[in-house]
Amino acid sequence: MSNIWVICRKELKSYFASPVAYGLMAFFALVAGYFFYAAVAIFVTRGMEMQMMGRGMPMDVNEWVVRPVLMNVSVIGLFMIPMITMRLFAEEKRAGTIELLITSPVRDWEIILGKWFAALLMYSAILGVSLVNVLVLFAYGKPDWKPLLVGYLGLLLQGGCLLALGTFLSTTTRNQIVAGVGTFAICLMLWVLDWITAFNTESWAKVISYLSVVTHFEPFSKGVIDTKDVVFYLSMIFFGLFLSARSLESLRWRS
Amino acid sequence: MIRVEGLTKRYPRTVAVDDISFTVNKGEIVGFLGPNGAGKTTTMRVLTCFLPPTEGMAEVAGYDVVKQPMEVKKRIGYLPETPPLYPEMEVREYLQFVGRLKGMSGTALAGRIEEVAKRCHVDDVMLKLISKLSKGYRQRVGLAQAIIHNPDVLILDEPTSGLDPKQILETRDLIKELAGEHTIILSTHILPEVEQTCQKVLIINKGRLVAKDTVENLTSRLRGSDAVGVEIGGAAPAEVEGALNAVAGVATVKSTGTKDGRLRFEVEGEPGRQIRPEIARAVVQAGWQLYELHSLSFSLEEIFLQLTSSDAAAAASAQTAAKGEAQ
Repeated sequence: MSNIWVICRKELKSYFASPVAYGLMAFFALVAGYFFYAAVAIFVTRGMEMQMMGRGMPMDVNEWVVRPVLMNVSVIGLFMIPMITMRLFAEEKRAGTIELLITSPVRDWEIILGKWFAALLMYSAILGVSLVNVLVLFAYGKPDWKPLLVGYLGLLLQGGCLLALGTFLSTTTRNQIVAGVGTFAICLMLWVLDWITAFNTESWAKVISYLSVVTHFEPFSKGVIDTKDVVFYLSMIFFGLFLSARSLESLRWRS
Repeated sequence: MIRVEGLTKRYPRTVAVDDISFTVNKGEIVGFLGPNGAGKTTTMRVLTCFLPPTEGMAEVAGYDVVKQPMEVKKRIGYLPETPPLYPEMEVREYLQFVGRLKGMSGTALAGRIEEVAKRCHVDDVMLKLISKLSKGYRQRVGLAQAIIHNPDVLILDEPTSGLDPKQILETRDLIKELAGEHTIILSTHILPEVEQTCQKVLIINKGRLVAKDTVENLTSRLRGSDAVGVEIGGAAPAEVEGALNAVAGVATVKSTGTKDGRLRFEVEGEPGRQIRPEIARAVVQAGWQLYELHSLSFSLEEIFLQLTSSDAAAAASAQTAAKGEAQ
């Protein structure tokens, strides 16, 4: 356990020692801020229209602002995750420091978990920037906080699953760019897989659509925790980390 | 401390290490010598549990590298050919990280970091970023990293490669200093380094161990007999040559010219005989001046070339290896 923490701390330090962490946070603040602004602006204009038409129906902030913003943030995550994971192992392999890790009394899965946790914490820190938007929402409105919490939990689960896959891709190469592009391709694939059901409703299409990370995020954005989605994310995390462990092990008989 | 038996590492197309066996006793410094690509690094990687052997076994401090890797890793300090450094870390931070990785913590680690930094002469750069360090300092930080947990065995892969002559000397001194506490295996393709720092030599070529012995034994075994260089003053060449030939046990006498008016000869004795005392006595009895009398042992360089390049040497080397085994 302490070994995992040692590795995790080292990774976090190197994230914040480079401009990557700050760059990603700034990028996210900008994009998430824009989506938030847009959602709020639509909400406000719609609200005024409703009032002018004399239909004083109360509008739900969660439905009109929180949900679309969460969906948008989950997609932005797809773009940021490759940048978080690409260096995890590729950098160590290129610099030869992987030899230090592997010849130290630390187990492979401790190295992998440590690095994945660090990536997850980094991702959480980036998501944390969007809490400013949430505070604004609470200052001027009365959103329900429970669906919001569920939404963020969903973001972390979805992030964790993509980060695990990214970690795996990073173990396969010593080139960060290759790892990054590969992870991005996978993220993109897992995002667009559910589009297939738009034009095909056969059972195989449903299976493919089931693999889409975004499909599983949708209930979370509505504030619904479905066991099937949680199981999907957790098993994807396990799968990604398992592949990483195998790949790290294969270094030994291949190199 | 280290026991390797029948170690073989095969890759799909090549055999990197072919049936190597050797033992290293506690406290010894052993030089692992061979041309580039001979299998030195592979052998070291097997010992550090980085690579599994295809066949054979390796044991460090009584623990098998395949069956009990965690125990082996705890007892080994390893400096790969390129020091495994994180450029974005400060030196102290880095040593802290490695120390924790090796299972140390708290005040024990803090104290050990100071100690190791002093030993490796990096205490003046503790707060510098590793990316700003010179090559010599990096190598020393690498060495500090290897000894931080006070391992029983130190494995150093070309510890002096890429350093300037002054840094090389410093590193060698440091390694010699460390010898008392640790058992050390160091690999190199620089021959004088082995002569100066190591007690035992393992010569490896194309994955095979071609010789293992102490430096002195190796040289004398290869020559097979005593050979001396003599420098004599105040005598005529023919006279001296005759006198030297008359000494008991002398096989051949060869004149190698004069220097400052003094005559120089190379004398080879019959196998297994020490001829230096007799030569000295003969020269003095004849009333000549004896300026120099030294053993003409092979330099390691010659042995190395002989062992690794010619087929004729293969037989001789096999013999040496066999003798080493018997020992």
